[in-house]
Amino acid sequence: MSKKRTIAEINEKILSGKAVVLTAEQVAAMGREATPAEIAEKVDVVTTGTFGPMCSSGMFINFGHTDPPMRMERITLNNVPVFAGIAAVDAYIGATETALPHDQYGGAHVIEELIAGRDVMMQATAKGTDCYPRTEVKTLINRESVNEMIMFNPRNAYQNYNVAVNSTSKMKYTYMGTLLPSFGNATFSTSGELSPLLNDPEMRTIGIGTRIFFGGTTGYVAWHGTQFNTGKPVNEHGVPVGNSATLALIGNAKEMNTRFIRAAYFEKYGVSIFVGVGIPIPVLDEDLARRVMIRNSQIETNVLDYGSPGHDLLGRANYESLFSGEISLNGKKIRTAPLSSLRVAREIAETLRGEIAAGRFLLTAPVENFKMTSGLNNLEIRL
Amino acid sequence: MKSRRFVLTFPPEATGEPITYNLIRKFDIMVNIVKADVSPGQVGHLVMEMSAPSKVLKDGIEYMKQQNVECVPIDRTITYRKELCVHCGACSAVCFAGALTMDRKSAELVFEPEKCVVCELCLTACPLKLFEIDLG
Repeated sequence: MSKKRTIAEINEKILSGKAVVLTAEQVAAMGREATPAEIAEKVDVVTTGTFGPMCSSGMFINFGHTDPPMRMERITLNNVPVFAGIAAVDAYIGATETALPHDQYGGAHVIEELIAGRDVMMQATAKGTDCYPRTEVKTLINRESVNEMIMFNPRNAYQNYNVAVNSTSKMKYTYMGTLLPSFGNATFSTSGELSPLLNDPEMRTIGIGTRIFFGGTTGYVAWHGTQFNTGKPVNEHGVPVGNSATLALIGNAKEMNTRFIRAAYFEKYGVSIFVGVGIPIPVLDEDLARRVMIRNSQIETNVLDYGSPGHDLLGRANYESLFSGEISLNGKKIRTAPLSSLRVAREIAETLRGEIAAGRFLLTAPVENFKMTSGLNNLEIRL
Repeated sequence: MKSRRFVLTFPPEATGEPITYNLIRKFDIMVNIVKADVSPGQVGHLVMEMSAPSKVLKDGIEYMKQQNVECVPIDRTITYRKELCVHCGACSAVCFAGALTMDRKSAELVFEPEKCVVCELCLTACPLKLFEIDLG
């Protein structure tokens, strides 16, 4: 009979300093020798990590009121427009927002500056109302001057993602980086066996309310992410092939660290943001032990041609070959490169491991698990 | 003995001379082709390292000039702000010369300047814009 334990029991062990906490890479290596039953017996928690560009990110901010007060209607931060269509001095800084002609500096850079504690120039205008008479303001704000900085990212931590190649004779500039012509390279963006949702692919322990490592501080899973899709085919190791589930994440950006939140610009594509996410997986039973033991060679994804308008499917690759620096596609060898930092993903998993082992980070059971879906809607052109 | 890196530009019409062969046989220049992009009827480019005593190197360059082959030394170098690097790997995707690679064990970016052909693709490929050209 395989050993079963509850999250409450694991938390007791964490608090008494007796919990065995390993990173997903460590447990994957251990899994070469040990069986799932042995891992379930020995290991309490497995930590994961990822640090990749995640465009669907942003930050709510509350600037505080001026005297007399103002219902800010159009707001820019360092000349980047931010969404002001909410209450008087609230706004949402979208990571990918830019203002031409300066398309290399955007919302992500503003977020990074604020997290770093630097001053940012804020300008706002309004029509003025009886209750909010002021019509314009120009000032400097920073992390200490504003009331809230709440990172809320509608789509992060993709469970698996495609590999991009380019079949055409021209360079392609994409969110998957610069793709050299004639299959000159292949890019991928997942931390493989260290990736959060690949270590609990059915999300038995990850749901609404799960406490996580987020941008250098503690954050939470707020909801399933946008484009959440659990209808993707699963390979023989139980891992979805290609991009599938996603997470919406929330956390206090005032406590975040620019080591784990970094603005990015992809040539001729636009602004994005590197987001650091780490999720602890409680090893509740043998089934979860088997999941966290997953190795790069067992995780596969689709290779898509970003040179074709419909991103044609060309084949499959596993993460062992992707990390080796070369994949084979229809007999042709293609050089590979990551876009997601495994180096920082390891740092996240290790940081989280240390926090849990020291009793400073307790695990949570989901308030509610996600509902599985069967696919995504496409946008129909009806006019 | 002097070692320098050059970009050779060949005219679209064939020169009629086996240039690199002659550099080796007639001038005794040690030649290392770093990158080649030569197609019939088109301007061709060769990135080549040449090692020889200064006088010999000068004669070899003069010989290429007579053959209408432009020979420009690469004096520029690429530098990057390592301390700000997040080791994402985006620059290694475009570095066909193999100067920027990911170390499999440490997952860190490795830059080997001696392999760099100064194609400048890393300048735009880096999402953090950490690469710069040093004009020497």
